[in-house]
Amino acid sequence: MERELSAGVNTAGTSVEPVLSVEGLTTRFRTSAGHVHAVNDVNFALRPGELLGVVGESGSGKSVTMMSCLKLLPMPPAEITDGRVMFGGRDLVSLSEDELRGVRGGEIGFIFQDPMTSLNPVFTVGFQLIEPLKLHMGLSGRAARKRAAELLALVGIPSPDARLDDYPHQFSGGMRQRVMIAIALACDPKVLFADEPTTALDVTVQAQIIELVKDLREKTGTAIVWVTHDLGVVAGIADRVAVMYGGQIVEMAEVDKLYDDPRHPYTRALLETLPSAELSAGRDERLRSIPGQAPNLRKALHACPFAPRCEHVHERCLSQNPPLFDVSPGQQSRCWLEVDEDADVSHQTGSAAA
Amino acid sequence: MLTYTFRRTLVSIPTLLFIAFVIFFIVKLSPSDPTGNLPLTIPPEVREKIRESLGVNQPFLVQFFLWLKQIVVTEPLHWMNETFGTQFEIGQRILSYQTRSPVMDLIVQRMPQTLWVVGTSYVVGVLIAVPIGIISAYRQYSWFDQAGTFVSMVGFSVPPFFSGVLVIILFSIIIPRESMFWLPSIYDTTHEVVGWESFKFQFRQMIMPVMVLALQTTAQISRFLRASMLDNLNQDYVRTARAKGVKERSVVLLHALRNSMIPVITVIALGVPAIFGGAIITEQIFKVNGLGQLLIIAIQGGDVPTVQTITFMFAGLIVLFNLIADILYGVFDPRIRYD
Repeated sequence: MERELSAGVNTAGTSVEPVLSVEGLTTRFRTSAGHVHAVNDVNFALRPGELLGVVGESGSGKSVTMMSCLKLLPMPPAEITDGRVMFGGRDLVSLSEDELRGVRGGEIGFIFQDPMTSLNPVFTVGFQLIEPLKLHMGLSGRAARKRAAELLALVGIPSPDARLDDYPHQFSGGMRQRVMIAIALACDPKVLFADEPTTALDVTVQAQIIELVKDLREKTGTAIVWVTHDLGVVAGIADRVAVMYGGQIVEMAEVDKLYDDPRHPYTRALLETLPSAELSAGRDERLRSIPGQAPNLRKALHACPFAPRCEHVHERCLSQNPPLFDVSPGQQSRCWLEVDEDADVSHQTGSAAA
Repeated sequence: MLTYTFRRTLVSIPTLLFIAFVIFFIVKLSPSDPTGNLPLTIPPEVREKIRESLGVNQPFLVQFFLWLKQIVVTEPLHWMNETFGTQFEIGQRILSYQTRSPVMDLIVQRMPQTLWVVGTSYVVGVLIAVPIGIISAYRQYSWFDQAGTFVSMVGFSVPPFFSGVLVIILFSIIIPRESMFWLPSIYDTTHEVVGWESFKFQFRQMIMPVMVLALQTTAQISRFLRASMLDNLNQDYVRTARAKGVKERSVVLLHALRNSMIPVITVIALGVPAIFGGAIITEQIFKVNGLGQLLIIAIQGGDVPTVQTITFMFAGLIVLFNLIADILYGVFDPRIRYD
């Protein structure tokens, strides 16, 4: 594990080549009622072996961002209008469908939210696990089966060889998610996208899956992007966290930094909504929530999307969408407060990563 | 699966008995007279003798159980005698009032014509419907899908007695006899296929009836498959397959189609007996002397044993294909286990 890599390194000038770097990614959905600006100018770089947590509420564009990287969205209606996704010297956005197929499931693995529906009910788990092995590693017959059984063993499924012939409905939810993880890791991917992998599972199973991923990460050194809306999960496993709101990253920081010193008002509000043990032990204080609703993304962002719900909103927030400011080493925040301490616009020192 | 099949077969026995009784009851309710089609010169007392010899005057239940005994015991035994050369004592077989020949022999004579036309049209219909259903769903709202929707609407709403006459006007009358597109409007059942030329003739005379029946089948099944495919193409496991790097062809034809076929298989299996009913009309139009035509003539002649036996056979087919549909369901969907 190269954990030390992530400590205090500026995202703009990393000493280590990122394994995946997303630059200015912008995705829209064309609908009959106009465009939906689902992902707006998203930038992040994933270092080898790193676990990047992506948090945000429903509709913040987390999943769409991840799907856009591999063009797994139905196109149309979705279209990637701008940006690059650099991976192994290639821009995934401009790759042909054929070339992209070689990357999907091979060099980049994907785990989805609902293990109950993510596996094909009419094929055996073995068939579904061997499929990527055939496609990307050229394995077949006994060799493929052997590898498949090893993978099931790796994700902690007992009597793996026998279970290869079982159908998904013969597995529990947690076991199915383990199978999904085995499929995603089948071809030793460099990057793993996990799109809310524990959301559909109950809490004890959630903990098991998280432990499993931590463990597999130690073993394989795969870089992981973990999408979730659960700040508690992220705190436990992530190296860095990107907070998304309105289809853009509003804050990015090392995990400790984010929890100790959140800069963006949205991040702060999010952290305040977490129920804490001390709090509930004493008085019957009510859970905090963020008033208002997630932004409607039908219009392009010309103002800060969080402004209508923000305690610190001022004039500039309503007329200009802030860029990402470097606020401390490795921490960025997309908020005018970083420069407008006394609503003075003149001394803009932050460098806009956008 | 075997136990299930056996159990279902047993359960179907009372069902079939009940169906047989209801059919017999309904047929007997009709006021038709088996001597009604005989020449008027036959005096009433002779007519009465004929009725008596046919057993029409016996009580309803006696007639029913006699027929039941014939179809359950006599006919199978006769069939075994014929096939295996066994020497079972058999009673009187089911005789047609009209021709005085065994009804089963009539059915055996008529069966090939019906099977050729109906069977071929069903196979053709399904074979056309499957690709249409897949492409329509995969390219939803494309011109192909729109055209498919239109053709299906026509197939659903235009009955065979109309489309049949329409194609006859088009291919037998408007198109001149010398043209290679001309088709015979009457199906010649005495025609035998012996070589290439006679095969070509057989092929030509089958085109129109098959076209008319296949249109219905295609309309139904392509719609079902389209709906089923649309449903499955949006499922999460299709996304998983794409995320694994599976080729689009396999995503559609393996992952999505295999799931989509589960409900469609049932529709296909259940449609087999229904198509025999549809064939009754189509056979009339194209003068195919198959089972459908036999049934119509028997109804007109008040030929109760023939009507009863053919209708019962259709009922048996429905029960049989229901069972087949359920078994296929279990074969195609691993989540369904019967034992």
